[in-house]
Amino acid sequence: MNILKFLVSVTFLICFSSSDLKAKNLEIEITKNLRCLICQGQSVYDSDSEFANSLKILVEKKLNEGLDEKQIYAYLKNKYGDWILYDPGFSKNTYFLWLLPILMFVFGGAIILKKVILNKKKL
Amino acid sequence: MKTKIFPLFLIFTFSIIFFVFYKGLQNTNIYTPETKSEIKIPNFQTKEFFSKDKINSDQIFIGSDYYLLNIWASWCVPCKEEHKYLMDLSKKENIKIIGQNYKDNFDNAKNFLINLDNPYDLIFFDNDGTIAIEWGAYGVPETFLIKNNLIIKKIIGPLNEKILSEIKELTK
Repeated sequence: MNILKFLVSVTFLICFSSSDLKAKNLEIEITKNLRCLICQGQSVYDSDSEFANSLKILVEKKLNEGLDEKQIYAYLKNKYGDWILYDPGFSKNTYFLWLLPILMFVFGGAIILKKVILNKKKL
Repeated sequence: MKTKIFPLFLIFTFSIIFFVFYKGLQNTNIYTPETKSEIKIPNFQTKEFFSKDKINSDQIFIGSDYYLLNIWASWCVPCKEEHKYLMDLSKKENIKIIGQNYKDNFDNAKNFLINLDNPYDLIFFDNDGTIAIEWGAYGVPETFLIKNNLIIKKIIGPLNEKILSEIKELTK
């Protein structure tokens, strides 16, 4: 009987600690994708400012309330705008940001292609 | 000819760069992107400062034309600078000043109010700073002008003469 009790308690411990760990990991992942708005070039996870510390507590609270990652991002975006996310979604405010590298790639490629063709003609 | 133009061009470019960066020094380093201008006030639960009674946000923002929510703390130096403007505004009839005591020690906060006078009609606690996040605030001091449960103006940093007259103009 004692062994059974022991086993049950151990399995419980393992179950709970792993779910705790998962929640903690998710919290870290979320706070790493949040910009600390009052520090320069730091994420909320990296920063120890008052703002970042409050935000960490808030993210933990929201996760406990049952919100998922996307809902938390949407919630904070509503409060602070796209700027708080390091990885902003594709929207009418950010399409230029996302498409610019592709445009540059296409444009650069076109220039190179043109040069190559011209060189070939010369030969 | 070409050799003369190049150094001139260089000097010109660098002086423009210098000018831009020099101007940039005076800007605040908190970048605040444009968000929706009128945002509904958040809903939260907290405790009242003196009585320590539980209070809900919809019990706070009811009955007056205008509300001025001021996030403050006794450890915050700019809060002392803006205090006189809050005292000035507290004389206005149609505006209620609500204080949000941000991550503070109760005794220090109480002493702050005893030493400098209390401009607030009501104060509530924000011990872990999460209510400030609900407001979309950055830190202390920060002030929100509220009308009909909508934030009509947001002031990051301490109040000054100019902002004071703007608030008075808005709440005429």
